[in-house]
Amino acid sequence: MSAASTKSAYWQGLRAGLPFILVVAPFGLVFGVAGTDAGLNLIEVMGFTVLVIAGAAQFTALHMMTENSPTIVIIISALAVNLRMAMYSASLAPYLGQAPLWQRALVSYLNFDQNYALSIQEYDLRPERPLGQKIAYYFGAVTPIAPLWILSTFLGAHLGTVIPPGFALDFAVPIAFLALVGPALRTVPHVVAAFTSVVMALLFASMPYNLGIIFAAIIAMMVGAEVERRMETKR
Amino acid sequence: MTYSAGHIWLIIGVLGLGTFLIRFSFLGIIGDRDMPPWLLRHLRYTAVAILPALITPLVLWPQATGGQPDPARLGAAAVALAVGYLTRNAIWAIITGMGALYLLLALLGQTGSAVV
Repeated sequence: MSAASTKSAYWQGLRAGLPFILVVAPFGLVFGVAGTDAGLNLIEVMGFTVLVIAGAAQFTALHMMTENSPTIVIIISALAVNLRMAMYSASLAPYLGQAPLWQRALVSYLNFDQNYALSIQEYDLRPERPLGQKIAYYFGAVTPIAPLWILSTFLGAHLGTVIPPGFALDFAVPIAFLALVGPALRTVPHVVAAFTSVVMALLFASMPYNLGIIFAAIIAMMVGAEVERRMETKR
Repeated sequence: MTYSAGHIWLIIGVLGLGTFLIRFSFLGIIGDRDMPPWLLRHLRYTAVAILPALITPLVLWPQATGGQPDPARLGAAAVALAVGYLTRNAIWAIITGMGALYLLLALLGQTGSAVV
C-alpha cells in the first residue's frame, strides 16, 4: 500500500463526510443550549460531549435528568439508545479486526451513525482495499464530524441564553430524532418495531421514572425481531 | 434538575465508559467471531425500538406549550418523519422539519419558546 493512496482514501472519506456538517453542527449547538438551560455548567456539558460523544444518548440522558429520573433508569435508557452500536462494531470487525488495538479503540470511540454508514458502504463496495486505506477512509469520514460536534456544543453552551425563542429550538431535538428514525424504517419489521414502540410508549406513559421508555423499547425490539423471523420462515 | 455535581459526573462517567464498551465490543474484544443470529436480529431493531418511544411524548406533549398538544409541532414532526422516510436522508428531514415548524408557527401566529 502506498502512502499516496492512503492519503487519498483519507480525503475521499473526508469529502463523503462533509455534508453531515449540516446535521452535526445544529445538533451540537442544541445540546449545548439544552445542557446549560437544564442547569449543567460548561465543564459538565463538555464532559458529556467529549466522554459520551453520542448525540442521541446525550439528549436522552439530559432529558431524563431534567425530569429527575433515577440514575439507573437514565443510564439504561441512554445506553439502550447506543446499543445499535454493538451491531456497528460487529459489522466493522471483519474489515478492521486486524488493525492495531489503539486504532480499533480510536475507531470505536469515534463510531457515529454517519461515518459508520459511509465506511461500511465503502468496505462493501471495495473489500479488496488494504487495511490501511480502510482505516484512512474511516478517519477521513469522521474528521468533519467529531471535532465539529465538540465545537458546536461548546458554542451552544455559550450562546444558550442569546438564541431568541423564535427559533423554537425546543423542538430541534424531536426533529433530529425523527430524522434518524425516518431513514431507518427500511423494512416491514423496522416499521412494525417503530410503531410498537410508539404504542407501548403511550400505554406506559404513566409509569414512574420514565421506565415506560425502557419497557416500550424492549417489547418493540422483540416484536421487530419476531416479525423478521416469521417473514424469513415464510419465504 | 436536583443532582449534585458528583452525581452528574457519575452519570457522565458511566455513560461514557458504557458507550465506549458498546462501540468497542466486537471490534475490540470479541473480534470477528460469529454472533448468535437471535442477538443480531434484536440489535438490528434497537434504534427503531427506543427512539420512537423517546420521541412520542416529546411530540405529543411538548414542554414549550406546557404539555399541550401543538398543531405546529405535530405538523413539523410529521414532515420530518415523512421526508426522512421518503428521501432516506436525515439532513433533508431536519431542514424541512424545522422549516415546517417555522412556517406553521408563523401561520398560526405563535412564537416559539426558549424552553428546551
